[in-house]
Amino acid sequence: MNTPQVSTGFGRVQSLAGTRRRPDRVHAVLPPVTIGPIEERLPLWRLIWDLAVVRRIVVILLIAIVWESYARWLDNPLSLPTLTETLQTLGSDILNGRIPQRLAVTLRILLVGYGLGLLMAAVFTTLAVSTRFGTDLLSTLTAMFNPMPAIALLPLALLWFGLGTPSLVFVIVHSVLWSIALNTHAGFLSVSETQRMAGQTFGLRGLRFVIGILVPAAFPAILSGLKIGWAFAWRTLIAAELVFGVSAGQGGLGWYIFENRNLLDTAGVFAGLITVMIVGLFVEGVVFAAIERSTVRRWGMQRSQ
Amino acid sequence: MTDEIGDTGGHLSDDRPLLQVEGVTLQYRTREHRVTATYRVSFDIERGDRFVLLGPSGCGKSTLLKSIAGFMKPAEGRISLDGLPVVRPGPDRMMVFQEFDQLLPWKTVRQNVTYPMRCNGVSAAEADARAVDILEKVHLSKFVDAYPHALSGGMKQRVAIARAMAMRPKVLLMDEPYAALDALTRRRMQEELLELWQNVGFTLIFVTHSIEEAVLIGNRVLVLSPHPGQVRAELDAGGFDAASQTTPEFQALCRRIHAMLFDPECHEGAVPKETAA
Repeated sequence: MNTPQVSTGFGRVQSLAGTRRRPDRVHAVLPPVTIGPIEERLPLWRLIWDLAVVRRIVVILLIAIVWESYARWLDNPLSLPTLTETLQTLGSDILNGRIPQRLAVTLRILLVGYGLGLLMAAVFTTLAVSTRFGTDLLSTLTAMFNPMPAIALLPLALLWFGLGTPSLVFVIVHSVLWSIALNTHAGFLSVSETQRMAGQTFGLRGLRFVIGILVPAAFPAILSGLKIGWAFAWRTLIAAELVFGVSAGQGGLGWYIFENRNLLDTAGVFAGLITVMIVGLFVEGVVFAAIERSTVRRWGMQRSQ
Repeated sequence: MTDEIGDTGGHLSDDRPLLQVEGVTLQYRTREHRVTATYRVSFDIERGDRFVLLGPSGCGKSTLLKSIAGFMKPAEGRISLDGLPVVRPGPDRMMVFQEFDQLLPWKTVRQNVTYPMRCNGVSAAEADARAVDILEKVHLSKFVDAYPHALSGGMKQRVAIARAMAMRPKVLLMDEPYAALDALTRRRMQEELLELWQNVGFTLIFVTHSIEEAVLIGNRVLVLSPHPGQVRAELDAGGFDAASQTTPEFQALCRRIHAMLFDPECHEGAVPKETAA
């Protein structure tokens, strides 16, 4: 090699193409205590404002104020009752058992449909990861049915299953199945090669491998599939109940809303809508949030906001 | 090279090398090509060896390790462990990967170590005792209940090593385990690995592209030439430890290997391979 070099040791070359030699500088480092606090506690209002719940409550209060003042100014209870009136109806219908009873009907159908959809999604994705034909089957079916609004199948469901719970369950299964299967399968595919190989060196194969490695590794995707599936199912069911009305004397929450509209009880309609919202928020914000906290967040597979 | 048929009738299993790789050619398919990664590679590994596969990228050393692990069938030749052919991955050949995500993020450090044992019928109490013991040996006793995402890269690799060691595999496979670590941590980890080998005693196959690491870690170094990987040399590198890295012997061996790999003028031991076999 004949490129210019800085030799090591004592016979050091003076400078290399324009770098100036400067004396060494060595400093004493202060002990940390003399510098002052390195960690400072943030002020209390900052800690409180950092809580998502607090910020959400503030937003809800703002909406409530806008609603109440606009409704009072409008003074037309048939089209927009005041918030207080709505809350009164909500309260009394909860206390006299009308809403809880309707809600129970709706939730029971929902759980049956959701569970059935979940089970079928598990079967489809297990097929899809184990055979190539299964993959093709799942992707084709998902491509066909995922874009179809579940409610569009309701007429068909009525023809097949008649007026009653089976039709509702059918529609819910349809709305849940594809999003869960799609997300789970995508999650399985994205499990890193290293984790797969690690699992195989443990001697895991077949179903043990799926349950021991793939399902937990793909859990963030599975969980988002479950959430999407839940949202679809909830909306679909309320809509189906509105169209469907009552079956065998057992109306759900959708029927409650429809019924109150017929009675021109707008406050009751709003009370039903608020119940729909509250249940939706509860499942998203409490049930799924708790699952997230104890799984993907805890495992560092998803960052917290 | 080595005849596996016993030359001593009585102590066959003791005298036979632990792992035999005989004339192994490995090929893998890309979308358009069939690539030959290694060509007729042979070597024997004895119990307690720290056997290093060394070569530049493209010499098929990682592919070779994967096929020893059982992830890949040789197109030609055979690999046998304790006389039995390797057919699929298994817990007798635990592997430590380069990637930090080899740990299962949904399990704590302790659970990561016990899980493979529990999968293979080790009792909970026994698995736990082994985990505690090995985690202490890799200096992670304080972190047994932490989740992997809270650990640094070096700590994750230590857990992976502990997880593999706790299984008491016949041979421990390590695929460039320190390549993604910073230089200071890497040095510490190399020293710790040697220390662990001293204390526990195991058979190790270690893949690296660093000549210094190979000479430091290994007692045998298999030098592979690239495209496709062929055995250039199998050298003795025993007797070096962290302190001897500055000795002339250590550096001479490194230079010798460097010349074999990169100096076209170097013909040391070079036999035209095409005529072999």
